[in-house]
Amino acid sequence: MEKYSLLSLFRHAGRHHEDWPRAWRDPAPKADYDTVIVGGGGHGLATAYYLASKHGVTDVAVVEKGYLGGGNTGRNTTIVRSNYLRDEAAHLYDFSLTLWEGLSQELNFNVMFSPRGVMSLGHTLQEMRDIERRVNANRLNGIDGEILTTAQVQKRVPLLNCSPKSRYPVMGASWQPRGGIARHDAVAWGFARAADAHGVDILQQTEVTGIRQRNGAVTGVETSRGFIGARRVACVTAGNSGVLARMAGLRLPIESRPLQALVSEPLKPCLDTVVMSNAVHCYISQADKGDLVIGAGADGYNGYGQRGSFRIIEHTLSAVCELFPAFSRVRMNRQWGGIVDICPDACPVIGKTPVEGLYFNCGWGTGGFKATPGSGYVFADTLANERPHPLAEPFALDRFASGALIDEHGAAGVAH
Amino acid sequence: MAAQPRRLAEGGRIDRSHVVDFSFDNRALQGYAGDTLASALLANGVDIVARSFKYGRPRGIVGHGPEEPNAILHLGHGPASIPNLRATEVELFDGLEARSTRSGLQRLFGPFGRFLPAGFYYKTFMQPPRLWMTWERLLRRAAGFGEAPDGRDPDTYDKMNHHCDVLVVGAGPAGLAAALEAARSGARTLIVDEGHEFGGSLLAETRTVAGGSGADWVENTVAELSSCPEVTLLPRATVSGYYDHNFLTILERRTDHLGPMNDGGSRQRLHRVRARQAVLATGAIERPLVFANNDLPGVMLASSVAAYVNRYAVAPGDRLVLFTTNDGAYRTAMDWQGVGREVVAVVDARQHPDGAQVQAAMEAGIDVIPGHGVIEASGRGRVSGAIIAPMDDGGDALTGPSRQLECDLIAVSGGWSPTLHLGSQTGVRPRWSDAAGAFLPGDLGERAVCAGAVTGRRTLRECIEEGASAGALAASRTGFGDGDTTLATPDTEESPESSPQALYLVPHRKPVSRAPKQFVDLQTDVTASDIELAAREGYTSVEHVKRYTALGFGTDQGKLGNVNGVAILAQALGQDIAATGTTMFRPAYTPMTFGAAAGRDTGEMFDAERHTPMHAWHEAQGAMWEDVGRWKRPYYYPRSGETMQQAVNRECLAVHDGVAIFDASTLGKIDIQGPDSAVFLDRVYTTGFRRLGVRRCRYGLMLHENGYIFDDGVTARMAENRYLMHTTTGNAEAVYAWLEFWRQTEWPSLDVYLTSVTDHWATAAVVGPKSRDVLRKVCTDIDFDGEAFRFMDVREGHVAGIPARVFRISFSGELSFEVNVPANHGRELWDALIEAGTEFDITPYGTEAMHVLRADKGFIIVGQDTDGSVTPADVGMEWAVRRNKAYGFLGDRSLTLADHLREDRFQLVGLATADPRTVLPEGAQLVEEPGQRPPVAMEGHVTSSYFSARLDRSIALAMVKRGSKRGGQILYAPLANGRIVSATIVSPVFYDPEGVRQNV
Amino acid sequence: MLLIRCPYCQEMRSEEEFSNAGEAHIVRPPDPAALSDAEWGDYLHFRKNPRGLHREIWVHTAGCRRYFNVLRDTVSYEILEVYPAGVSESDAPGKTTP
Repeated sequence: MEKYSLLSLFRHAGRHHEDWPRAWRDPAPKADYDTVIVGGGGHGLATAYYLASKHGVTDVAVVEKGYLGGGNTGRNTTIVRSNYLRDEAAHLYDFSLTLWEGLSQELNFNVMFSPRGVMSLGHTLQEMRDIERRVNANRLNGIDGEILTTAQVQKRVPLLNCSPKSRYPVMGASWQPRGGIARHDAVAWGFARAADAHGVDILQQTEVTGIRQRNGAVTGVETSRGFIGARRVACVTAGNSGVLARMAGLRLPIESRPLQALVSEPLKPCLDTVVMSNAVHCYISQADKGDLVIGAGADGYNGYGQRGSFRIIEHTLSAVCELFPAFSRVRMNRQWGGIVDICPDACPVIGKTPVEGLYFNCGWGTGGFKATPGSGYVFADTLANERPHPLAEPFALDRFASGALIDEHGAAGVAH
Repeated sequence: MAAQPRRLAEGGRIDRSHVVDFSFDNRALQGYAGDTLASALLANGVDIVARSFKYGRPRGIVGHGPEEPNAILHLGHGPASIPNLRATEVELFDGLEARSTRSGLQRLFGPFGRFLPAGFYYKTFMQPPRLWMTWERLLRRAAGFGEAPDGRDPDTYDKMNHHCDVLVVGAGPAGLAAALEAARSGARTLIVDEGHEFGGSLLAETRTVAGGSGADWVENTVAELSSCPEVTLLPRATVSGYYDHNFLTILERRTDHLGPMNDGGSRQRLHRVRARQAVLATGAIERPLVFANNDLPGVMLASSVAAYVNRYAVAPGDRLVLFTTNDGAYRTAMDWQGVGREVVAVVDARQHPDGAQVQAAMEAGIDVIPGHGVIEASGRGRVSGAIIAPMDDGGDALTGPSRQLECDLIAVSGGWSPTLHLGSQTGVRPRWSDAAGAFLPGDLGERAVCAGAVTGRRTLRECIEEGASAGALAASRTGFGDGDTTLATPDTEESPESSPQALYLVPHRKPVSRAPKQFVDLQTDVTASDIELAAREGYTSVEHVKRYTALGFGTDQGKLGNVNGVAILAQALGQDIAATGTTMFRPAYTPMTFGAAAGRDTGEMFDAERHTPMHAWHEAQGAMWEDVGRWKRPYYYPRSGETMQQAVNRECLAVHDGVAIFDASTLGKIDIQGPDSAVFLDRVYTTGFRRLGVRRCRYGLMLHENGYIFDDGVTARMAENRYLMHTTTGNAEAVYAWLEFWRQTEWPSLDVYLTSVTDHWATAAVVGPKSRDVLRKVCTDIDFDGEAFRFMDVREGHVAGIPARVFRISFSGELSFEVNVPANHGRELWDALIEAGTEFDITPYGTEAMHVLRADKGFIIVGQDTDGSVTPADVGMEWAVRRNKAYGFLGDRSLTLADHLREDRFQLVGLATADPRTVLPEGAQLVEEPGQRPPVAMEGHVTSSYFSARLDRSIALAMVKRGSKRGGQILYAPLANGRIVSATIVSPVFYDPEGVRQNV
Repeated sequence: MLLIRCPYCQEMRSEEEFSNAGEAHIVRPPDPAALSDAEWGDYLHFRKNPRGLHREIWVHTAGCRRYFNVLRDTVSYEILEVYPAGVSESDAPGKTTP
């Protein structure tokens, strides 16, 4: 893998950028692999990278039906944070955040992780109680967090409507300085390039059409490019998990729904942090390009259409105008939808299935992007050792039988 | 400089009698009514309107409509300013102030352009890691166009809903013909166009239509449409989105062309349309040609040059070189010559152009140079020449030496790209047509018809004919007309055309990577070499190329660059364009104002407030408010000089020692009737209701199927088969929906009926030892004697002469009567009770005192002490759960799940702080040992915490691991501010554990 | 933005008047106590979630407030059938993909 640096950029500029190598190969599929990872999004590629780099498992293919990062990886609002309430989720997401902090260097690919802080506004007494509870829990779990007064909120976000006369006045906020945003596509590409350098085969335009089993154990996947044998098959196909599960004869505790997002036209810097509000239903940040990146809600019904209902956009934009009256004259450039797999407790499912050798990593709901490196790391460890990574253990499928749900609706909420 | 140096002496659809003063970058300029900002800038000879995104290169106006990539300007200043408007879409008004949005920082980058290929930032700025945030600040400052306005938007926006049979999008020749057919059939028709005048391309048309000018034909057609009662014409309106089930959004700009208004009317209106049929007559946008330095000011679309000349009487230059791949663009050269300007040459990529228009141009003395391309534009800040060279048949390679033509304007035409965005928004992929040399709309099924240039039609006659049949077809699908057209196709001056040539990248003497920059997407500064680089590095999907290079990511969404970009990628990959495909277009077609999408739903209309009938009284008393769901509830009633704590203490003591009054109208109320009411209640509550006596009340706990507490409240049996259920304030709607769900879908055989009556009743709780005395004064037909009216009884009678239900229930532990009267008598009741209570110093109290009083008693609040993961056993309420029932109740089975039987679950306890004056923050976490380093195991958290006036000390409720077995143990709350508070685990019932006080 | 025909009101009304209540035809086990934790968990949480034809429950929240069933394609969002609550899956109109 050629190292990217300012120096290499200068060197290639001298050669008119004519001999930059491919970021990853485009190999023909082999007949079989030790491990086939289904899904070439951030989580799948991260799984492949850590499998190869940390566990020496390099006989790996990542099988992607479209193009890398074409699902939720490239459709989300890129918020990264770890201020979750429950210990299990907090530890997992904070481990992920720690990986984010060195990810550009680890991958030698600038994923533009920008720890500009994440603010969650509180508008009611109950929200302030929840903020107090969550921030205190975070601090005891070693996760940075502060509680801001309305005045402190206003100082950090001058354009925010902090008037006590507003419909839901801002009473305060939680604040995680280490949180921020990142460049979503770059995460997929960076992991792909680094995984490829370790020998992982990345197979785009290869759609899995079946999961082959013998005697209760997985033997490989049928694809649009023929059968690919595998000792282990790991499905990391957000927005399509139910479809893959069905191929293996399984059902999941998941419903798939369109989640919408939108961006404004590019503006000069006017918002330096991420602002989220559950009560007013809005989350917003400003991308490096200048667009306001705004997360809208999920539709109230199942759908795989990667587009959603306009009323959600109307509701979201009225929330934006309520929180940021100055943005009323700003214009929406583009809106789109991604398909999120939602679990009953707003937490993911990571681990084994009743089919031997078949693993799932899914159900990240509206907040999977922030977990990308951590998810890949613990899933790779789970695959390599054929037992759950300690951080992944509470997220096993059997919690839906035992009742040991990890309710994160509060922290997951609307806002990611 | 002379005023409007590039304005033609005559012609154009402008009003020369109305001079309009405006400014650009603080330069005072003049234009005419009828101008766009772009045409006025061109008339004034303004060449440079922007600096480019990445390289800081000078940029001029390229187009004349929504495709314009460069002239993105900021209008006005202060709260009424508007960022990022396209000058081509801004109608000129008096006093308009425009400024360019990119001027400074990019120029610094310009000289380093070579080091800034596509995706350079992915490869750099990684070491040292901490410096990234510094780089990022610099990048952020360089990016972005205009500034967000500062302050609240002075304008308002509104919305209008439409249901129409046929929605016609676009009022060019095809759209007008379609609308006319639909209108004549009697269908309810809505025709929409983004321009302020209908007519589209006909407004810049110099040939005759039906014997008159194009504008005449438009005028006649519009006149007929206007006379049809079922037709609505909507100019200055852009269809921005096409959603499922034929829902479309239209943004109408109502006052923007008049400048800042603030007169109370709406600035913009969002039309929400359900169309039974849509006719998409959205036209096409001319495709530019990609050659070296093609971003110089003075390189414009051929159709735009014609539009400026014909419609605005502006000649954006003196000496024209037209570079084309097709016959149609020759008209620009003819028009140019027609207004007395010089046509230096027509450079035609085709080897043997021989259409009628080509002949006509040659006959007019225009120098036509076939088989050539403009391979490079020269000039500094403005085109001063076109370097041309002969090309081979396919336009792939140069076949001879180049030479320079002196000129100041290069008009380009690489063919046309249909405006197929709306169809694509519905998820239907466009398909490539080699014959049309363009992407065409995919199959939209039976819901919509495309007509005109959007389907690849090139001649006026074809567009009008196709429009007419589309209109007739759409109307007939909605039951109007038989699908046959009635419109006689007007005579148009058409001439046979020779076939166009596909040319997506003009070859240069040097390879793409070494040639001067050949821009594909001007707004995002994407060059042909960027696309080749992306392909070289393996970013081969068209979506990857878009995301890696930013092709099509601008505010124009790639209206000009998309097809050339796809074609260059296809060539780099050695595959055809069809296989390469295109990216999907998303709403909005052109950017849509946030405020318009929000409409009136901001400020006080953001979310409806619910007020009880007594609201005005509370307000007059100076109550502070708590938001609970949508309700505004009195939080406490401060008297002058009181702190909140003092007010709450006073209110609590009034409850304990005298009499107080509380507005409980917000509690959810559901009337349950029918013979199976009791069976129904038994299934939805953990408690049993079958044996509850008439006129008696019982507390009920409601679970979700997962066994977690969902709601609680008191239900009264009003009659044999009639119950009144109370829910928590915040959950009223959810509980009602939940009950109806089960009743209707799972137990339809139960004979039971539910009615939400929350708003039907107003409730005043009269509480305290003297409450009986107050009520006796205003109610004579209910016996308030302790034996006659027991705790948990309900009575009906008259209070203050109003028919009332009185519940003897208590959420404070004190003697308490909740008086319910029909809501419209609520204030009357309240006033009567206040008056009757005056001699007892009756004290109104708010939700905070209510919370303190109930916490004294260890009563939980669902949603505060529980959080959706708490079972009845967790809060010590197994007494409210009956076991061993045949069918059971909702959630029953979950109570015995393995996890719910765990010993170490979090359980409700009381906490007494070591210092009785210290009130723990609600949400504080509890640990066994203070001062440990994270991660620290948490033993629980505080859910409720108050200063209790009666006990004169702080009290708290908490959920603590194995809490019910840890009485007496000390836990510590390390707070975010560094303080550590210690507290002992005690019973959650702090006051009157025997419950004797309410039995007075 | 779906347009849904309420089978009771017999009118095509906009999605905004309705709420979705999840997968249809999930029958509550008649004797929950007889189920294992896993079987109960399956009833509680596991769903078909098909990509394609899907039977689901809707309620006309801002209309007649009655629940009904819809057969809808979760990719095209086309609504193929609408029928009242209480119709069993075997009697339901339309076909789903197996």
